Amino acid sequence: MNKDEYAKLVKELSPKEPRIKNAIYAFLVGGLIGFIGEVIVNILIESFGLARVDSYAWLALIIIGISCLLTALGKFDNFVTKAKCGLIVPTTGFAHSVQSASLDYKREGFVTGIGANAFKLAGSVIVAGIISAFFLIILKVMCYG
Amino acid sequence: MIYLNSFLFAGVVCLICQIVLDNSKLTPGHITSGLTVIGAILSYAGIYDKIIRWCGAGATTLISNFGHTLYSAGLQGYESSGFLGILTGLLSSCGVAIVSVIVFSFIFTIVFKSKD
Repeated sequence: MNKDEYAKLVKELSPKEPRIKNAIYAFLVGGLIGFIGEVIVNILIESFGLARVDSYAWLALIIIGISCLLTALGKFDNFVTKAKCGLIVPTTGFAHSVQSASLDYKREGFVTGIGANAFKLAGSVIVAGIISAFFLIILKVMCYG
Repeated sequence: MIYLNSFLFAGVVCLICQIVLDNSKLTPGHITSGLTVIGAILSYAGIYDKIIRWCGAGATTLISNFGHTLYSAGLQGYESSGFLGILTGLLSSCGVAIVSVIVFSFIFTIVFKSKD
Protein backbone atom coordinates (compact mmCIF):
# COMPACT_ATOMS: atom_id res chain seq x y z
CA MET A 1 0.00 0.00 0.00
CA ASN A 2 1.56 3.34 -0.98
CA LYS A 3 1.17 6.70 0.73
CA ASP A 4 -1.73 8.01 -1.37
CA GLU A 5 -3.83 4.90 -0.86
CA TYR A 6 -3.13 5.01 2.85
CA ALA A 7 -4.20 8.67 3.06
CA LYS A 8 -7.37 7.84 1.18
CA LEU A 9 -8.14 4.95 3.51
CA VAL A 10 -7.60 7.15 6.60
CA LYS A 11 -9.92 9.78 5.16
CA GLU A 12 -12.63 7.21 4.49
CA LEU A 13 -12.42 5.56 7.89
CA SER A 14 -12.08 8.63 10.11
CA PRO A 15 -15.44 9.56 11.66
CA LYS A 16 -17.27 12.39 9.94
CA GLU A 17 -18.25 15.36 12.08
CA PRO A 18 -21.98 16.02 11.87
CA ARG A 19 -21.42 19.67 10.99
CA ILE A 20 -25.02 20.81 10.56
CA LYS A 21 -26.09 19.16 13.82
CA ASN A 22 -23.13 20.74 15.64
CA ALA A 23 -24.00 24.16 14.27
CA ILE A 24 -27.65 23.90 15.32
CA TYR A 25 -26.72 22.72 18.82
CA ALA A 26 -24.19 25.55 19.19
CA PHE A 27 -26.76 28.13 18.06
CA LEU A 28 -29.47 26.89 20.42
CA VAL A 29 -27.28 26.40 23.49
CA GLY A 30 -25.36 29.66 23.03
CA GLY A 31 -28.58 31.58 22.46
CA LEU A 32 -30.19 29.98 25.50
CA ILE A 33 -27.28 31.08 27.72
CA GLY A 34 -27.66 34.66 26.44
CA PHE A 35 -31.42 34.52 27.02
CA ILE A 36 -31.12 33.11 30.57
CA GLY A 37 -28.44 35.72 31.30
CA GLU A 38 -30.80 38.49 30.25
CA VAL A 39 -33.56 37.05 32.46
CA ILE A 40 -31.16 36.92 35.45
CA VAL A 41 -30.02 40.52 34.78
CA ASN A 42 -33.62 41.74 34.75
CA ILE A 43 -34.41 39.88 37.97
CA LEU A 44 -31.34 41.44 39.63
CA ILE A 45 -32.29 44.94 38.44
CA GLU A 46 -35.92 44.72 39.47
CA SER A 47 -35.80 42.85 42.76
CA PHE A 48 -32.40 43.93 44.15
CA GLY A 49 -32.31 47.45 42.70
CA LEU A 50 -28.83 47.04 41.18
CA ALA A 51 -27.46 49.25 38.40
CA ARG A 52 -27.30 47.61 34.98
CA VAL A 53 -23.47 47.56 34.91
CA ASP A 54 -23.28 45.96 38.38
CA SER A 55 -25.81 43.31 37.46
CA TYR A 56 -23.64 42.26 34.47
CA ALA A 57 -20.78 41.70 36.93
CA TRP A 58 -23.08 39.65 39.21
CA LEU A 59 -24.21 37.66 36.18
CA ALA A 60 -20.58 36.81 35.30
CA LEU A 61 -20.06 35.68 38.90
CA ILE A 62 -23.19 33.47 38.83
CA ILE A 63 -22.30 31.87 35.48
CA ILE A 64 -18.72 31.16 36.56
CA GLY A 65 -19.90 29.68 39.87
CA ILE A 66 -22.46 27.38 38.24
CA SER A 67 -20.13 26.15 35.51
CA CYS A 68 -17.27 25.51 37.98
CA LEU A 69 -19.65 23.51 40.18
CA LEU A 70 -21.01 21.45 37.26
CA THR A 71 -17.47 20.76 36.02
CA ALA A 72 -16.37 19.63 39.48
CA LEU A 73 -19.38 17.31 39.66
CA GLY A 74 -18.35 15.79 36.30
CA LYS A 75 -21.50 16.76 34.40
CA PHE A 76 -20.11 19.54 32.26
CA ASP A 77 -17.84 17.47 29.98
CA ASN A 78 -20.85 15.65 28.51
CA PHE A 79 -22.55 18.94 27.73
CA VAL A 80 -19.40 20.36 26.09
CA THR A 81 -18.93 17.36 23.81
CA LYS A 82 -22.51 17.84 22.57
CA ALA A 83 -22.91 21.62 22.42
CA LYS A 84 -19.23 22.40 21.60
CA CYS A 85 -18.98 26.11 20.76
CA GLY A 86 -22.32 26.81 22.42
CA LEU A 87 -20.58 26.32 25.76
CA ILE A 88 -16.96 27.12 24.82
CA VAL A 89 -17.62 30.65 23.52
CA PRO A 90 -19.62 32.03 26.51
CA THR A 91 -17.86 32.63 29.86
CA THR A 92 -18.78 29.02 30.81
CA GLY A 93 -15.88 27.78 28.65
CA PHE A 94 -13.39 29.99 30.50
CA ALA A 95 -14.54 28.67 33.89
CA HIS A 96 -14.67 25.08 32.59
CA SER A 97 -11.07 25.16 31.35
CA VAL A 98 -9.70 26.51 34.64
CA GLN A 99 -11.72 24.10 36.77
CA SER A 100 -10.91 20.99 34.75
CA ALA A 101 -7.18 21.84 34.55
CA SER A 102 -6.93 22.31 38.30
CA LEU A 103 -8.89 19.10 38.96
CA ASP A 104 -6.64 17.15 36.60
CA TYR A 105 -3.41 18.31 38.24
CA LYS A 106 -4.68 18.12 41.84
CA ARG A 107 -2.64 15.04 42.68
CA GLU A 108 0.65 16.83 41.89
CA GLY A 109 0.18 19.15 44.85
CA PHE A 110 -0.85 22.74 45.44
CA VAL A 111 2.15 24.56 43.97
CA THR A 112 3.39 22.41 41.10
CA GLY A 113 -0.09 20.99 40.40
CA ILE A 114 -2.95 23.45 40.86
CA GLY A 115 -0.93 26.66 41.01
CA ALA A 116 1.18 25.98 37.95
CA ASN A 117 -1.50 24.43 35.74
CA ALA A 118 -4.79 26.22 36.58
CA PHE A 119 -4.43 28.71 33.73
CA LYS A 120 -2.89 26.27 31.27
CA LEU A 121 -5.77 26.66 28.80
CA ALA A 122 -7.40 29.91 29.91
CA GLY A 123 -4.11 31.81 30.11
CA SER A 124 -4.09 32.43 26.37
CA VAL A 125 -7.38 34.36 26.66
CA ILE A 126 -6.00 36.63 29.39
CA VAL A 127 -2.72 37.23 27.56
CA ALA A 128 -4.44 37.93 24.24
CA GLY A 129 -6.96 40.26 25.88
CA ILE A 130 -4.41 42.28 27.84
CA ILE A 131 -1.97 42.60 24.93
CA SER A 132 -4.65 43.70 22.46
CA ALA A 133 -6.38 46.06 24.92
CA PHE A 134 -3.08 47.66 26.01
CA PHE A 135 -1.84 48.38 22.50
CA LEU A 136 -5.26 49.57 21.31
CA ILE A 137 -5.38 52.05 24.23
CA ILE A 138 -1.88 53.29 23.33
CA LEU A 139 -3.04 53.66 19.70
CA LYS A 140 -6.19 55.53 20.74
CA VAL A 141 -4.23 57.85 23.04
CA MET A 142 -1.62 58.59 20.35
CA CYS A 143 -4.18 59.23 17.64
CA TYR A 144 -6.84 61.18 19.52
CA GLY A 145 -4.90 62.56 22.51
CA MET B 1 -37.40 42.63 22.52
CA ILE B 2 -34.01 42.63 24.29
CA TYR B 3 -34.61 38.95 25.20
CA LEU B 4 -34.90 38.00 21.53
CA ASN B 5 -31.89 40.14 20.62
CA SER B 6 -29.73 38.54 23.29
CA PHE B 7 -30.80 35.04 22.19
CA LEU B 8 -30.05 35.80 18.54
CA PHE B 9 -26.72 37.59 19.12
CA ALA B 10 -25.26 34.93 21.45
CA GLY B 11 -26.60 32.16 19.21
CA VAL B 12 -25.23 33.60 15.98
CA VAL B 13 -21.76 34.20 17.46
CA CYS B 14 -21.67 30.59 18.73
CA LEU B 15 -22.91 29.36 15.32
CA ILE B 16 -20.17 31.23 13.44
CA CYS B 17 -17.51 29.93 15.86
CA GLN B 18 -18.79 26.36 15.47
CA ILE B 19 -18.63 26.62 11.67
CA VAL B 20 -15.08 28.02 11.84
CA LEU B 21 -14.06 25.27 14.32
CA ASP B 22 -15.46 22.48 12.12
CA ASN B 23 -13.98 23.74 8.86
CA SER B 24 -10.45 24.62 9.94
CA LYS B 25 -7.60 23.24 12.00
CA LEU B 26 -8.03 25.84 14.78
CA THR B 27 -8.45 24.60 18.35
CA PRO B 28 -11.01 26.02 20.83
CA GLY B 29 -8.11 27.95 22.39
CA HIS B 30 -7.56 29.82 19.13
CA ILE B 31 -11.28 30.59 18.86
CA THR B 32 -11.62 32.06 22.36
CA SER B 33 -8.37 34.05 22.12
CA GLY B 34 -9.40 35.39 18.72
CA LEU B 35 -12.82 36.41 20.04
CA THR B 36 -11.20 38.29 22.93
CA VAL B 37 -9.06 40.25 20.46
CA ILE B 38 -12.13 40.91 18.29
CA GLY B 39 -13.99 42.17 21.36
CA ALA B 40 -11.17 44.61 22.15
CA ILE B 41 -11.11 45.84 18.53
CA LEU B 42 -14.91 46.32 18.46
CA SER B 43 -14.63 48.23 21.73
CA TYR B 44 -11.88 50.40 20.18
CA ALA B 45 -14.21 51.17 17.29
CA GLY B 46 -17.02 52.07 19.72
CA ILE B 47 -19.29 49.29 18.44
CA TYR B 48 -19.34 46.96 21.45
CA ASP B 49 -21.10 49.49 23.71
CA LYS B 50 -23.90 49.74 21.17
CA ILE B 51 -24.15 45.95 20.90
CA ILE B 52 -24.50 45.73 24.70
CA ARG B 53 -27.24 48.38 24.60
CA TRP B 54 -29.16 46.37 21.97
CA CYS B 55 -28.47 42.81 23.07
CA GLY B 56 -27.85 43.13 26.82
CA ALA B 57 -26.60 39.96 28.46
CA GLY B 58 -26.32 38.22 25.09
CA ALA B 59 -23.19 40.30 24.50
CA THR B 60 -21.82 40.31 28.06
CA THR B 61 -21.91 36.54 28.60
CA LEU B 62 -19.64 35.90 25.60
CA ILE B 63 -15.86 35.74 26.03
CA SER B 64 -15.47 38.75 23.68
CA ASN B 65 -16.84 40.87 26.55
CA PHE B 66 -13.51 40.18 28.28
CA GLY B 67 -11.64 42.22 25.66
CA HIS B 68 -14.26 44.95 25.84
CA THR B 69 -14.10 45.37 29.62
CA LEU B 70 -10.27 45.30 29.57
CA TYR B 71 -10.19 48.03 26.95
CA SER B 72 -12.84 50.29 28.48
CA ALA B 73 -11.46 49.97 32.02
CA GLY B 74 -7.93 50.75 30.78
CA LEU B 75 -9.16 53.81 28.89
CA GLN B 76 -11.00 55.03 31.97
CA GLY B 77 -7.79 54.60 33.98
CA TYR B 78 -5.87 56.69 31.43
CA GLU B 79 -8.43 59.48 31.65
CA SER B 80 -8.23 59.60 35.45
CA SER B 81 -4.49 59.20 36.09
CA GLY B 82 -2.42 59.15 32.90
CA PHE B 83 -0.14 56.38 31.63
CA LEU B 84 0.13 54.61 34.98
CA GLY B 85 -3.67 54.56 35.02
CA ILE B 86 -3.67 52.22 32.01
CA LEU B 87 -1.64 49.65 33.91
CA THR B 88 -3.56 49.93 37.16
CA GLY B 89 -7.00 50.26 35.59
CA LEU B 90 -6.75 47.56 32.90
CA LEU B 91 -7.83 44.70 35.16
CA SER B 92 -10.14 46.68 37.46
CA SER B 93 -13.47 45.49 36.04
CA CYS B 94 -12.24 42.14 34.64
CA GLY B 95 -11.06 41.28 38.12
CA VAL B 96 -14.54 39.92 38.87
CA ALA B 97 -14.11 37.14 36.32
CA ILE B 98 -10.48 36.29 37.08
CA VAL B 99 -10.70 36.38 40.88
CA SER B 100 -14.02 34.52 41.05
CA VAL B 101 -12.82 31.76 38.69
CA ILE B 102 -9.69 31.26 40.84
CA VAL B 103 -11.64 31.23 44.12
CA PHE B 104 -14.41 28.92 42.89
CA SER B 105 -12.05 26.49 41.16
CA PHE B 106 -9.79 26.35 44.23
CA ILE B 107 -12.71 25.60 46.58
CA PHE B 108 -14.29 22.99 44.29
CA THR B 109 -10.91 21.37 43.57
CA ILE B 110 -10.35 20.83 47.28
CA VAL B 111 -13.88 19.56 47.90
CA PHE B 112 -14.39 17.27 44.86
CA LYS B 113 -12.31 14.50 43.32
CA SER B 114 -11.41 14.24 39.63
CA LYS B 115 -13.65 11.80 37.77
CA ASP B 116 -11.72 9.77 35.22
